Amino acid sequence: MNRWLAHPAAKPVVWTLLALPFAWLLWGAVQNTLGANPAEALIRSLGDWTLRALCLTLAISPLRQWTGWHQLLRHRRAIGVATFAYGTLHWLAYAWLDQGLEIDALLKDVAKRPFILVGTLAWLLLLPLAATSFNRAIKWLGGKRWQALHRAVYVIAGLGILHFFWMRSAKSNYAEVIVYAAIIAVLLGWRAWGGWKRRQRAVEPSIKLSVHRAR
Amino acid sequence: MRLLKERGFIHRTPSEITPSAVYHARREWLQRAALGLAGTGLASFAARDALAQAPGKLSALPGARSAVPGALVMDKATAYSDVTAYNNFYEFGTDKSDPARTAGSLKTRPWTVSVEGEIKKPKVYDLAELLKLAPMEERIYRLRCVEGWSMVVPWVGYSLAELIRQVEPTGNAKFVQFTTLADKAQMPGLRGGSLDWPYVEGLRLDEAMNPLALLGFGLYGEVLPNQNGAPVRLVLPWKYGFKSAKSIVKIRFTEKQPVGSWERSQPSEYGFYSNVNPQVDHPRWSQASERRIGEDGLFAKRRPTLMFNGYEAQVGQLYAGMDLKKFY
Repeated sequence: MNRWLAHPAAKPVVWTLLALPFAWLLWGAVQNTLGANPAEALIRSLGDWTLRALCLTLAISPLRQWTGWHQLLRHRRAIGVATFAYGTLHWLAYAWLDQGLEIDALLKDVAKRPFILVGTLAWLLLLPLAATSFNRAIKWLGGKRWQALHRAVYVIAGLGILHFFWMRSAKSNYAEVIVYAAIIAVLLGWRAWGGWKRRQRAVEPSIKLSVHRAR
Repeated sequence: MRLLKERGFIHRTPSEITPSAVYHARREWLQRAALGLAGTGLASFAARDALAQAPGKLSALPGARSAVPGALVMDKATAYSDVTAYNNFYEFGTDKSDPARTAGSLKTRPWTVSVEGEIKKPKVYDLAELLKLAPMEERIYRLRCVEGWSMVVPWVGYSLAELIRQVEPTGNAKFVQFTTLADKAQMPGLRGGSLDWPYVEGLRLDEAMNPLALLGFGLYGEVLPNQNGAPVRLVLPWKYGFKSAKSIVKIRFTEKQPVGSWERSQPSEYGFYSNVNPQVDHPRWSQASERRIGEDGLFAKRRPTLMFNGYEAQVGQLYAGMDLKKFY
């Protein structure tokens, strides 16, 4: 598997796969096969794909550990950038197709529907991550600082789920929300658990040391 | 006579007929198999193609052009495929594509409607009786959903007033309450707890007597498809769509104002009247504009919503002197 993931063709394949949902939606919009309310279908599908790409990004690290497919890391950036791209399209589709790109209407709508504010906030937080997604930015920031900045993705995941939950609360239809929330909970929970264990390991020797000194 | 078509072709012996429970179980199994194989997205995509029937699949139910003022709007009618594939009918699921997919399980024959309460002639009407109670009329109404979209539907039916006059309300009758069928075996959406079942809606008696209030049996010259509230429903073009109860089994005349299902679930958001009103927003979104299904292109701006959905001349007097911000 690692050999496949490291193959020179792997990156173009991943990019193509990530672009497929967009191509499919675009084709649907042109062919008018998105149902009775194509604007609504586009906005919602783009939101779904943002959330899916986000889950996939967060799944890379745990998957590496569970499967030993360390070459997955080569593709995390593409998936992360795709999350940002779908999020941007989702927001643009809302602002354009639903609100006609009218600032006045947009502001009024956001005031009426706070779940849109939460979604917008999540998208704004994605901006610095997307802007620092190239190698030079990592060098310029330094690995530690870059990593700290990109931990914002955990907050973004929380906001994304809140946005989805709030939107679905209008119809008390939480089946899908629960699925995504569970996936994100597992992916973030795995990190929290790992962090806790690392801290335990770091603390233990120092306890021993202090006990030693007390003698 | 046209209704005979619904019985299907003649079988030589009854034993050849697959029992409907078996038939539906098979269909359900096939649907599940399709879901498992292709994933939800693809299956619903395939199902939509299969369900995009043109008129002609259901029994004909012709209606004469209505002479009621305001009953025939000039707007272009929404395509049959959109009218029958984009529905809010929570008894069959909360997604608007759910009813077209799942309402096949609704049995519309035999069907009775119990008319009761503060009336001199309470009676359980068989559907056949209701169909003959008054001449069928075609009425082309705008339909405005509280969610901010709209359609134009050519309904078939007659004024609810025709039925009300037959049952002779007593002096105590001030309101009318409509109850939808609630049967878990036929309606998969009842398992979800989004509303209290059965679905209930209500009108003031004078609203119910307004000639625009339609007892609907069909659309596009055919009997109602299940997902549109077969076999009999209410159509109140000046109110948000949810006020028009579907698949009605009971009509009760009362002295006290009934509480609708939506009003019960969220009284601050859905009032008893729920008249279409661009000046009174829903607490969580604007009602000033709407998207006309199938007509406004992807990049078209939403169109302004009209007071009483454009039926102010016909129904405005019902609410004269009322503070519509308070009685929303």
